[in-house]
Amino acid sequence: MDYFDRFAIPHPSPAIYASMVAIGLTVIAILIGLTYFKKWGYLWREWLTTVDHKRIGIMYIIAALLMLFRGGVDALMMRAQTAVPDNKLLDAQHYNEVFTTHGVVMIIFMAMPFIYALMNFVVPLQIGARDVAFPRLNALSFWLFFMGAMLFNISFVIGGSPDAGWTSYFPLAGNDFSQSVGTNYYLMSIQIAGIGTLISGINFITTIFKMRAPGMKLMKMPMFTWTALITNAIVVFAFPVLTVTLLLGTMDRLFGTHIFSMTNGGMDMLWANLFWVWGHPEVYILILPAFGIYSEIISTFSRRNLYGYTSMVASIVIISFFSFLVWTHHFFTMGQGPLTNSIFSITTMAIAIPTGIKIFNWLLTMRKGKIEFTVPMLYSVGFIPIFTIGGVTGVMLGMASADYQYHNTMFLVAHFHYTIIPGVVFAMLAGLTYWWPKMFGFMLNERIGKWAFWFIAIGFNVTFFPMFFTGLDGQARRMYTYSEASGYGPLNMLSFVGAVGLAIGFALIVYNVYYSTRHSSRNIGSDPWDARTLEWATQTPVQSYNFARTPHVDSIEAFWDYKKKGTPLFKGDIEKIHMPNNSGVPFIMSCIFFVWGFSFVFSMWIPAIITTIAIFACMAHRSFEKDDGHYISVEEIEDTEKDGEVLAYENR
Amino acid sequence: MKIDNSLPLEYGTEQNKLNILGFWIFLGAEVMLFATLFATYFTLENRIGNGPAGAEIFELTPVLIETILLLTSSFTIGLGVHAMRLGRKNAMMTFFAITLLLGLAFLGVEIYEFTHYVHVGAGLQVSAFTGILLTTLGTHGAHVTVGLFWGLFIIMQVKKRGLTPATANKSFIFSLYWHFLDVVWIFIFSFIYLKGMM
Repeated sequence: MDYFDRFAIPHPSPAIYASMVAIGLTVIAILIGLTYFKKWGYLWREWLTTVDHKRIGIMYIIAALLMLFRGGVDALMMRAQTAVPDNKLLDAQHYNEVFTTHGVVMIIFMAMPFIYALMNFVVPLQIGARDVAFPRLNALSFWLFFMGAMLFNISFVIGGSPDAGWTSYFPLAGNDFSQSVGTNYYLMSIQIAGIGTLISGINFITTIFKMRAPGMKLMKMPMFTWTALITNAIVVFAFPVLTVTLLLGTMDRLFGTHIFSMTNGGMDMLWANLFWVWGHPEVYILILPAFGIYSEIISTFSRRNLYGYTSMVASIVIISFFSFLVWTHHFFTMGQGPLTNSIFSITTMAIAIPTGIKIFNWLLTMRKGKIEFTVPMLYSVGFIPIFTIGGVTGVMLGMASADYQYHNTMFLVAHFHYTIIPGVVFAMLAGLTYWWPKMFGFMLNERIGKWAFWFIAIGFNVTFFPMFFTGLDGQARRMYTYSEASGYGPLNMLSFVGAVGLAIGFALIVYNVYYSTRHSSRNIGSDPWDARTLEWATQTPVQSYNFARTPHVDSIEAFWDYKKKGTPLFKGDIEKIHMPNNSGVPFIMSCIFFVWGFSFVFSMWIPAIITTIAIFACMAHRSFEKDDGHYISVEEIEDTEKDGEVLAYENR
Repeated sequence: MKIDNSLPLEYGTEQNKLNILGFWIFLGAEVMLFATLFATYFTLENRIGNGPAGAEIFELTPVLIETILLLTSSFTIGLGVHAMRLGRKNAMMTFFAITLLLGLAFLGVEIYEFTHYVHVGAGLQVSAFTGILLTTLGTHGAHVTVGLFWGLFIIMQVKKRGLTPATANKSFIFSLYWHFLDVVWIFIFSFIYLKGMM
């Protein structure tokens, strides 16, 4: 039985056993449901094997929302634990695991898939392409991310979760100080998901460079596509650093090297440096697409073209460049000397300049516009002041000497939540609401959506604003409790109340999806928001081939010109369309990756070797496979398009 | 498939062009991967703990043999791609086969080198220096190993299917990969071995 002891969780609690039972029951329910409704074939043909960028995007959204709720529960547990002094709800070890998984889940398994969800769905449509450059790889990216996420999520019921923080600093995360397999889960699951992200990066850069509609020069691309391009460029340059960092961590933990240890020459500060060389660009990987979404939404609902297009492009390029030059500001207190700290202090503050340019551009876009406060616009307008608080406190933290006061306090926690939540989460909710009709053919209810927005916006501020004060008073982050004498109690209770408000907001979003699915009108046309970019120029829901005829673009807002000035968008006859075939290999290969990662987590070398060979066998299979795709005939296209608004309009 | 005959076969179709650009971007990512390994290596180079330093364990002979083998293989794969552009299938396959044999010989010498390090007390777990040294070399060696299988599959496909846009595209991309491994090796040779022996 000793062999199986390693799979047991190190600190059992009723909550974890309950989750185990819940996971088991959910899996059984899904399996029975699929069998009872005879949906296995449908699931396999339409979803598990799909290479369609739109369906992959929708799967990313589902996964990201699931992870949002997983991470959200972690957040609620933390706020409940710290709501009153000397609370006994969670013990120290459990609290460590909860804040670690909260960070990893929210950044790697919620925010990343959410931006890739919207990029997948929107970018090919915005540039008038049939699909991405490598549809099969796109499916592989998704499934690798998904299996990485699943591997990470089983940690808390099998073997124990990582507990060294989402940054997992070695030597704390090394074998000496983190004895459970938790950190192995961290290393392997992020590695698997990271490979998927890197593949996506390559895929999207190639797509955006090579597959734009005729006439769409780089400087005529929609702003979201621009941010997607720059984001993926950062991905391609930053993620290999993460790959190596995780590899070296794995070497230390599983193969006994001394790279990050404190003995035999190891360097204890190296992990922090390597991690943030990836980690800081990662912040901009998340925020840039969000900026792109806001640009689209603010322009659409102000009924004005985006102010300062060129300066918008220039500032995202500058931000992406600076994002690689600021990593040391995450550990000013580690003692690298005044010169290094000063340089990184200046680069950090310099990023505020291009970001400020973007803020003013959005404000000037709204100026004299006919602003319509729809739900996506509410999130976008709410983002500007809240994010600015995050940005200003970022400049405060960027001052190296002052940072000695704020470092690792709740002030920092408040700061990065003030950037990430309005920056990324608001953008994702705005983007989801905005593109929802294109994805599913009906609109989300505006009234419930607005209630959800106000709960989230107010709940967010009530949760995180008090942390600025407790942080300045010296409350350290990642501490599972504090004494009554410290006086942090009332403000922490206020944070908890705010967290409950946030939870209600997210619950309202779920209810909105349910309500709108049942009650919303399906008759919304292809362009319900009166928007400006090409994704609205095709049918709703979008056909597998996206556009019956490739659009021809000669301005930044070709679709707007088409609507307002009648500039023709689609020219020529319908021709047969070449489409890629579906494939089960990406899914199967990712399942093997899951077993591979699990084998490494528990140092089970025989399955590890077998699965390694199996992964390469999948790649060999792909090499030998002959797959030229298939054609959709002209008759079939004309048949599906005859009710399509755009084509019908053209034929009139 | 529309084939554009004004371009070399490997660029002939739209998908081929996408594949080549995509692979160049992948190589950009690989540059970052090895750059990170090198940066870590330089950081830990002198942190030898109780283990040996580079100057004590590096031997010029096997390293020089490895260098010559790999540089020659880069030349032969270039000849292979040239033969492919002339449409000479057999010559192309021969050059690719020579390339892979040279790669295999390189790998053999590298395995000898690794066992030598372990014998002289510079195993993976000895110090930060040996750990990062063997990880960096091992990452390059793993790339070569993958390349051997990949190249073999491509030769088999060219033999079976002839020089089509698809096989030409794969062969060309494989040659990019192989040249890239050579470039990495030049950095390893100069900045790990030569620098370490000085």
